[in-house]
Amino acid sequence: MYEPIVGVEVHAQLTTSSKMFCSCRAEFGAEPNTNVCPVCLGLPGSLPVTNRKAVEQVIRTGLALGCEVGTLCRFYRKNYFYPDLAKNYQISQYDEPLTFGGRMELSVEGRPVSIRIRRAHLEEDTGKNIHLPNGRSLVEYNRCGVPLMEIVTEPDFRSAAEVREYLLQLRRLLWYLGVSTANMEEGALRAEPTVNLRDPETGERTPKVEIKNLASIRAVHDAVEYEIRRQYHCLETGEPMQQETRRWNEAQGITTVMRTKESAEDYMYFPEPDLVPIEPEPEWVEAIRAALPELPQARQQRFVAEYGLPEYDAQVLTEDRATADYFEAVVQACGEPKACSNWVMGDLQRLLNESGCSITESRVSPQQLAELIGTIKDGTISHNIAQAVLPKMWATGHSAREVIAAENLALISDATEIEKLVDEAIAANPKAVADYRGGKEKALGAIVGHVMRQTKGQANAAVVNELILARLNG
Amino acid sequence: MAADTKETITVQLHELTAWELTQKLQQREISAVEAVEACFDRIAAVEDRVKAYLCLTRDQALQQAREVDARRASGEALPATAGVPIAYKDLLCTDGVPTTCASRILANFVPPYDATVVERCSQAGLPMVGKANMDEFAMGSSTENSAFQITANPWDLERVPGGSSGGSAAAVAAGEAFWALGTDTGGSIRQPASLCNLVGMKPTYGRVSRYGVVAYASSLDQVGPLTRDVRDCALLLGLIAGRDQRDSTSAAVPVPDYTEVLGRDVTGLRAGIVRELLYGEGIESDVREAVEAAIKTLDSLGMACEEVSLPHSEYSLPCYYIIAPAECSSNLARYDGVRYGHRTERETTSVYDMFAKTREEGFGDEVKLRIIKGTYVLSAGYYDAYYRKALQVRTLIKRDFEQAFERFDLLICPTSPSVAFRIGEKADDPLAMKLADICTLPINLAGIPAMSVPCGFSGGLPIGMQLMGKPFDEPTLLQVAYAYEQSCDWHRRRPAL
Repeated sequence: MYEPIVGVEVHAQLTTSSKMFCSCRAEFGAEPNTNVCPVCLGLPGSLPVTNRKAVEQVIRTGLALGCEVGTLCRFYRKNYFYPDLAKNYQISQYDEPLTFGGRMELSVEGRPVSIRIRRAHLEEDTGKNIHLPNGRSLVEYNRCGVPLMEIVTEPDFRSAAEVREYLLQLRRLLWYLGVSTANMEEGALRAEPTVNLRDPETGERTPKVEIKNLASIRAVHDAVEYEIRRQYHCLETGEPMQQETRRWNEAQGITTVMRTKESAEDYMYFPEPDLVPIEPEPEWVEAIRAALPELPQARQQRFVAEYGLPEYDAQVLTEDRATADYFEAVVQACGEPKACSNWVMGDLQRLLNESGCSITESRVSPQQLAELIGTIKDGTISHNIAQAVLPKMWATGHSAREVIAAENLALISDATEIEKLVDEAIAANPKAVADYRGGKEKALGAIVGHVMRQTKGQANAAVVNELILARLNG
Repeated sequence: MAADTKETITVQLHELTAWELTQKLQQREISAVEAVEACFDRIAAVEDRVKAYLCLTRDQALQQAREVDARRASGEALPATAGVPIAYKDLLCTDGVPTTCASRILANFVPPYDATVVERCSQAGLPMVGKANMDEFAMGSSTENSAFQITANPWDLERVPGGSSGGSAAAVAAGEAFWALGTDTGGSIRQPASLCNLVGMKPTYGRVSRYGVVAYASSLDQVGPLTRDVRDCALLLGLIAGRDQRDSTSAAVPVPDYTEVLGRDVTGLRAGIVRELLYGEGIESDVREAVEAAIKTLDSLGMACEEVSLPHSEYSLPCYYIIAPAECSSNLARYDGVRYGHRTERETTSVYDMFAKTREEGFGDEVKLRIIKGTYVLSAGYYDAYYRKALQVRTLIKRDFEQAFERFDLLICPTSPSVAFRIGEKADDPLAMKLADICTLPINLAGIPAMSVPCGFSGGLPIGMQLMGKPFDEPTLLQVAYAYEQSCDWHRRRPAL
């Protein structure tokens, strides 16, 4: 029985402010060909100078993936002709990458899965060709020279679900490390899986197929699943297979041949003579390691252990670092982890979604949310009222207590005030009183309801109940 | 015609060394504008025969000279050599001035920036006379590979000036510039210096910034001076040397005052005479005898000279002709007609067809040959057999020098195995042409500094002696070269044009 063998190569644009080998800005979305200079345009005589920040971000990522950091790392030239490649070679790495030999632990459908990371290295991005309907082509070089991190796994995946979980975890990790926006739609994160099938007993394999044109994690999942099925089908029907690159067709949900191995290029790698090797000093590497934040998987586990949160809450809250930070700030200010989790994942998230804000832009601070949760805990307002208070806090910027005071929303817990209302309610509902006394406990509801209506729901329900019972039973 | 009769008797302004001119400028005997005019007068008189320049920048030179004169007149402290006109090899990028590398593919290329060395010379107040001819992309030893013109040797117009910095050398030798910058990948400064009776130095790899120097072979290329004597060489090296943040391979080694060692006693310095490169095959007897005579002079100055062997030097040629083409095949890949330079006007069927036609039209034969060779040695399956092997041999060659420098302060051999050959003589014999560099190639592979110093004549044609030093020990080379120069007058001879 053949089993799927899948490896994944990921390219992530780094978040450095400048490009890999020059001081041009590396931003996304600028006017075409405005962030360019002699170096990234590959003008004659220009020379690259390595962006140390980019090297640091790759080392940071490598360390977070449990990789070793090379002691002597080299850049290589990858030679091929293409108009979007200004020098007609890409400065990349080959032997002697920055980091290598890591691992990522996953949990897929309740099973632990361990994926080996072959390497995380550094290279420069290419530009972009734009083909016009009239047959002419334009070239856009803003992206040319933007630092790109390549993360390559060993072929350790056995299913599309494992690949999806890996990409979700990797994306979360990159967000935590702050090294990439990891936005697949903008091309800041690109994943290229390699799929084939192997007979574990005989070691026989189908030819490797690389899949390109994947614009989302879901597309990667679907494409891998499709490709596995396709190869099984070929095996069964005896349809010939070959080593090739296939393109994912999102609309039709199929892969089609892009190029075969025969036309694959020889990149003529050789060491980049314009750059001296990088020898990361151990002190530097240790400083980068020491500055690593708590990583998402560890944080998720801690949220379960320390706050007693359900696994689901812990995962959602640790999806990005800012949400987890926000949650912990709320907990620190008011305790009540589960309540905090509900508020952050529920009502606050709704407001964020409606306004299109990220959590770091939230108009309600963690301290303010904690205060609101506190007002429920101390009986000042009910949970229902609190849900109405939060949007008002969002709109006005006022604190919970300010909103409660301004709108007179505090629960009435003062016994003398409620006693008066209870007396009125008893007087106004003689039938209910009679029914209750006749043994119909449910009749109490009408009396309570009367009090609540009079107070627009602000009477402390517990106190009201207690006082009515005292009167009727007294 | 005998060599001696080629000397001119009265010294004219254009014949002065840069240092002699500097003194006249400082004493306000003449102005920088007059110095520039002297160059252009000389150019008017001889350039149609020498053909050293691809482009003249008279207006710019006069503008720079006027500024220097104005600043000097106002009493401003100026760099010593401010006002001394200079020529640049046409692969040094010059902001707003065409930089063609003597190639059709860059015939219309105007860089938007200055090479670091040009910037430094400019800041030091050196007016730019023009851009000097060369072998296309610095590939050649005669300047015959220029796509535009053939430069003549001022000592014999029937002969080549050497190459690839032949235009720079011819310009200085003919009095069309007081000094020049060239580049040296396998001998391209030293060999033309030798053939034109000049002092030429290839500094230690990393001593001078390569930023803005159009690359031929990045791990071998180095910019250096072509001058009329050793002091000028020291002065110009001092202007261009030093760390440049834009070139990662430039070294953060402090730059000494290179003129300080001039005149210092050389007694006790140990010189190794490289057996393979003085007595080996292909070294003309006149060349050997002139260098032997020079060594006797050094002996008489108190230096200890004895033979040394560099056993791997015989592999320099094949090693160089793998590494240099490999790097060049990649460095020259960018000339594809997409962004700048020549683009084919023929019909094309695809972008790759456009690349192919553009490059077919734009590059000369020698360049194409090296690109093809370089692509071959880097190809899958051949990399280990050629490129990797060449890197290993390069290490052995380097080690030869390291071992020799344990015993010697410097090494000596001829610069060129022969005097200037006739134009066209070796054009159809590529191997003979490449053998012109056998004495100079090992130095680039080892990355060490070396210079050529005039040491005699044969049939009226100049001969050069090559001095090779430890990494960053340019001062010892200059010290010995200067001591030698003081004891002879070869460098004072000027060609009769």
